[in-house]
Amino acid sequence: MSSVQRQAPSTLALRGVLGSIAALAVLLLLAPTVVVIVVSFTNGYSLKFPPPGYSLRWYEALGDAWQLQYAALNSLKVAVGATLLSVLLGVPAAMAIARSERRFARVLDALFMSPLILPALAFGLASLIYFSRLNINLSLATLVIGHSVVGVPYVMRTTIAALSQLPPALLESSASLGASRAYTFRRVTLPLIAPGIAAGAFIAFMSSFDNVPVSLFLRDASTDMLPIRMWQDLEGKLDVSIAAVSSLMVLGTLILMIVMERLTGISKRIR
Amino acid sequence: MKNPASVSGYSLAFATPLATWFLLFFLAPLAVLVVISFYADTQLSHFGLDQYRKIATDGFSLPVLADTLWLGVQVTLLCLVLGYALSWSYVRSPAAMQKVLMLIIVMPLLTSVVVRTFAWVVILGRQGIVNSVFIDLGWIDTPMKLLYTRGGLIVALANVQLPLMALPLITALQKLDPNLEDASSALGASAFRTFFRVTLPLTLPGIVAGCLLTFAATITAFISQSLIGGGQMLFMPMYIYQQASTLQNWPFAAAISLVFLVAVLACVAAFNQLGRLSRAGA
Repeated sequence: MSSVQRQAPSTLALRGVLGSIAALAVLLLLAPTVVVIVVSFTNGYSLKFPPPGYSLRWYEALGDAWQLQYAALNSLKVAVGATLLSVLLGVPAAMAIARSERRFARVLDALFMSPLILPALAFGLASLIYFSRLNINLSLATLVIGHSVVGVPYVMRTTIAALSQLPPALLESSASLGASRAYTFRRVTLPLIAPGIAAGAFIAFMSSFDNVPVSLFLRDASTDMLPIRMWQDLEGKLDVSIAAVSSLMVLGTLILMIVMERLTGISKRIR
Repeated sequence: MKNPASVSGYSLAFATPLATWFLLFFLAPLAVLVVISFYADTQLSHFGLDQYRKIATDGFSLPVLADTLWLGVQVTLLCLVLGYALSWSYVRSPAAMQKVLMLIIVMPLLTSVVVRTFAWVVILGRQGIVNSVFIDLGWIDTPMKLLYTRGGLIVALANVQLPLMALPLITALQKLDPNLEDASSALGASAFRTFFRVTLPLTLPGIVAGCLLTFAATITAFISQSLIGGGQMLFMPMYIYQQASTLQNWPFAAAISLVFLVAVLACVAAFNQLGRLSRAGA
């Protein structure tokens, strides 16, 4: 962009139009978070904005919200388990697919990515019916299984991207210097693709924690999950403690995001 | 002699564990879903095409499907306008601003959908900020009903899905050769003309990608549709859930979720075809 020329009026006009719409978009992206955080500090009982006064009472109320705590713990356990599975299963598969030229590799790639395209609701219902027909009781384990399937695409996407960007010359020189394939993998490949794997694992984790369509069908009273619990609380009564939980979740997400950005440059990897 | 390609590639056998997992826990459940949809009754006693006949003829299911797809279109269009302006401004911003913008765009993707939707319930509610501001400004006397309206739902959904639209657009705009736009203005085109005749067409693949993601996410957005849409507006996700969980009518629920799945796949295929055409033409 040359700053020496005077900007033509039409350029300024275009900038103005698009710039104001963009500003509106940013406002719309930020406003919900800001509103929720501010409302969570209200001292009243309703979600009036701006709040009549401020207090920490709703955060204190979270201490008694055992249902929410229980659901949160379940969500955490399932997210950890599902992410672990996604990584353990997905990384080898990514390795197999990333550099392969065979047609079958493309087929496998499409298969493993398909949970992203299909409505997860259909998959959730299918899993429910499947486990029921097999007489397998619903539990945290079945939730972990369901979540791992929808988490795999995220891990594979970033891992394949990381593997594709690995210069083959590095691996070839390692081999020509006498290293075995296992050694090359451990000392050369793995460290280089670790940020990619971590980024994918992070997204898989967050998406499991936030997952609604699969949890909706695969949970029961004893395996309550946080997003479903929150939704049901909201359907029943607009409780301000939901605002407090939401603020904590936003804060947690923000911190995790900043950490992950530092560690893995995650915003570049998820485009 | 070792095949040179084997140094940097891995055998497809490495994909076996995941393939087995998917066979057992992804493909098999979907197959079971298909089978269940061909049962004629909830006791699962005999087969028949009854469920599909019901969908085609009950005068309720197909309109719900159509309305869901239409909601997707409306939200995607609004999202496109907002998202394109945002992405366009992003690539023209200084690096420091870009870091901040990227954080603002990516954060909602990682925040819980319930949280984001709940925030819109707060904003659009009778005591929410929109009504408060309008009342304070004296534009209205009584709070407007924004929640549980189609318009409110579209705005909230467009906002929730905005990051999905913005990210592919940013990638596409960043790949754009700036010389092309300069050439256009050097040849005398106004900025608007350049925008509509050069920039937009060249970023068409990004537009298609963004629209695809937004559309797919919008029509399956169970929580947003139910919290902001309320009970009056029924869309496919809630319809499936009601039939499956509340009414325990598994065959019918299976049938409508398969119809839904096919509809989504058809739209994805259409988008992909558009994407292919736009890449060829660009």
